[in-house]
Amino acid sequence: MRPAPYCKLSKGKSTRGGLQLPPSQTNERLKMKRAYRILIAKPGLDGHDRGAKVIARALRDAGMEIIYLGLRQTPEMIVEAALQEDVDAIGLSILSGAHMTLLPRVVELLQENGLDDVMVFAGGIIPDEDIPKLNEIGISGIFGPGTNTEDVITFVHEQLGTSKTTA
Amino acid sequence: MSQNSEIVKRILAGDRRALARLISRIENDGREATDVLAALYPHTGKAHIVGVTGAPGTGKSTLVNELAKAYRAEGVRVGIIAVDPTSPFSGGALLGDRIRMRDLSGDPGVFIRSMASRGNLGGLARATSDVVKVLDAAGYPKVLVETVGAGQSEVEIARTAHTTLVVEAPGLGDDVQAIKAGVLEIADILVVNKADRDGAQQTKCALQMMLDLGTNQSTRHHSRTMRARDVPGSSSTEPEWRPPICLTVAVRGQGVTELMQAVAKHYRYLRESDGWAKRERARATAELDGLLRDRLVTQVLGRIGPAAVEGAIEQIVARQIDAHAAADRLLIQAKLF
Repeated sequence: MRPAPYCKLSKGKSTRGGLQLPPSQTNERLKMKRAYRILIAKPGLDGHDRGAKVIARALRDAGMEIIYLGLRQTPEMIVEAALQEDVDAIGLSILSGAHMTLLPRVVELLQENGLDDVMVFAGGIIPDEDIPKLNEIGISGIFGPGTNTEDVITFVHEQLGTSKTTA
Repeated sequence: MSQNSEIVKRILAGDRRALARLISRIENDGREATDVLAALYPHTGKAHIVGVTGAPGTGKSTLVNELAKAYRAEGVRVGIIAVDPTSPFSGGALLGDRIRMRDLSGDPGVFIRSMASRGNLGGLARATSDVVKVLDAAGYPKVLVETVGAGQSEVEIARTAHTTLVVEAPGLGDDVQAIKAGVLEIADILVVNKADRDGAQQTKCALQMMLDLGTNQSTRHHSRTMRARDVPGSSSTEPEWRPPICLTVAVRGQGVTELMQAVAKHYRYLRESDGWAKRERARATAELDGLLRDRLVTQVLGRIGPAAVEGAIEQIVARQIDAHAAADRLLIQAKLF
């Protein structure tokens, strides 16, 4: 089993001012525990990255290490970065409508590269009828507009905390 | 054991997945990867380690991207470590250096790894020097290490890299900033990036002045000659290296050729003088010192116990004892003093 991440924040709690330990002990904590590493990227050509940034920031505040790739990434770029960064999960934000082409390609490339243990979740504009098809290829978390960031954090924790083991 | 020798074999054979996995193990708990690191150590010492530091937003990542592209044009494999800060509040981090390095994507001759500083304050992560060794052993002859956006005192990179680039940008302060102690002192090469902006020449002049004041040259002042004292630490046998100042516009690739020449020149200088050996020695000293301290502190804290530490903190807060006396008392109680 994976050890627990640095810290879990309860719902609605601000990260600032929530610091209980003196800095030296916090540093000890940071050294000892492992953080989840999450890749956040925008595949395809739409230029709207606010959602991706909001999720990146929320997961950062939940104690995770976010590798932020930014705009206009090809599936090849995403999977290569996932391999080099040894990430636990990939979050993909897509609003262009190309999700049924790009997301399966990412999953396919992950498998080709032996990275099938990397969890993939997605967000953006994804019509309801496409969700079952994406679930089928292993993209279990799909978050549309208006998602509470707390739900995404909980989802990531649940997925990584229960279903995976450290190789 | 045999699992570890398998990992070593795969790393030496250039397996990128094994490399990425090993780096995670080193980051998470150095002890776990100790055996693999020990086995890889004889294969290290070949890489030229180039550090890139400077204030946030001066263009370090973009410059690293350009340097890596230039090395790739020469057919040289490049390993890149980009460090960004960990939040002291949540322990999380947003590692955004890859955004500027998308040109390097798809090139099997480049390996980029983002690292969070994880509470370390010197501009690097604690595991950075070990990750450098792994990239070295994995056959990357140039390893570029980008620090967190550094203020004035994040000088750890100078103990990790052979050649340190300090990146400045126009408009970041007056000429007194340039003669303050700290990050500028560690520069082997000074880079004024964003040189197409106003004030680039002033920045260059300020840096030039800093270098003039610090070297053994005489300075003319009110028609008199003022000789600067020998810079402490510079031995007389070593021919002096005066950091060149390179003007670049990294987003357009301007000045990168000159910068590459400066880096190559510094490499030759280190190799031809005793500079290389000196730096290797300084690196070993700093590394051993750091590890000894870490292990000692762990041992000592284990002996004292968290309850005693907690009690001492209470007393300090209540003004019953001061921190120095409390530290002495804890050590005496643990029979370490």
